[in-house]
Amino acid sequence: MDEQNMQERNKYSIIVPTYNERLNIALIVYLIFKHLREVDFEIIIVDDGSPDGTQDVVKQLQQVYGEDCILLRARPKKLGLGTAYIHGLKHASGNFVVIMDADLSHHPKYLPSFIKKQIDTGASIVTGTRYVKGGGVHGWNLMRKLTSRGANVLAQTLLWPGVSDLTGSFRLYRKSVLEDVISSCVSKGYVFQMEMIVRASRKGYHIEEVPITFVDRLFGSSKLGGSEIVEYLKGLVYLLVTT
Amino acid sequence: MKHIVKIMTLLVAIAAFWIGLLQMSVIPSSHTWLLPLYLIVSLGCYGLLMVGVGLMQFPTCPQEALLLQQDIVEAREFLKQRGVDVGSD
Repeated sequence: MDEQNMQERNKYSIIVPTYNERLNIALIVYLIFKHLREVDFEIIIVDDGSPDGTQDVVKQLQQVYGEDCILLRARPKKLGLGTAYIHGLKHASGNFVVIMDADLSHHPKYLPSFIKKQIDTGASIVTGTRYVKGGGVHGWNLMRKLTSRGANVLAQTLLWPGVSDLTGSFRLYRKSVLEDVISSCVSKGYVFQMEMIVRASRKGYHIEEVPITFVDRLFGSSKLGGSEIVEYLKGLVYLLVTT
Repeated sequence: MKHIVKIMTLLVAIAAFWIGLLQMSVIPSSHTWLLPLYLIVSLGCYGLLMVGVGLMQFPTCPQEALLLQQDIVEAREFLKQRGVDVGSD
């Protein structure tokens, strides 16, 4: 009964940054509504001026699902992921915030397990992990897996972060915690996700993990080249000396 | 304490222990001199082993890609009926 009361009081703001995701954003909104039935939530779409008409699709979705459930908070041009979360956060009315990618590599069907884990443990952050039983990745070749494992072992050995998946970006935060952590993060891209979780861990926030699967984007491609590896290593050193 | 300081402290402690061993010569000093080398080699082996094991046990989920395809078809149909433009990419 108490648990149910808590669930009724909680509101979840799901922040989805987009750039040229007109098809994916429609699919993801449908799937969120399909899988989150008895929960109070809002979807905040931060679109960085996509030229492909992402915002038109979002407006159509607002007609279907209601403007109070889907908020479009666009920005004029591409301004980066970190600031997209800050921008979305300003408009969030929930006491919990979920951040997820719009490219369907994060499936909304895992949202209930994030919420349940948070309620069961009282954690400040629940982070999705691909590297445990029940989780997994699809669509990576051997090279991609090797880099990912290497990067992970390096980070685990040097940083002792206490979480198994540092660069995943499917997470649920208590809103006040996200506001606190995000204000001290300066990195970009992959490293941004790692910096967030490492700083949160250092600040002593209670972090829990749930398994998720990651299906690499179906449309378009995500590459991990030499420059990303250099950026990652720089980020690792940066975190070593600043956290 | 910054994390680098923690790691440095650990390294200093190990170095101090090593110098202690050298001074006290509990074990032959020719062996003691090689200990740091062993340490580095074993660290490297540990890293390679962890990467190897991680790679072998890398969890994959091909069935998820199929389920996602079904979800996409379902979502497209639903949204098309309600006038959301989900035509082409």
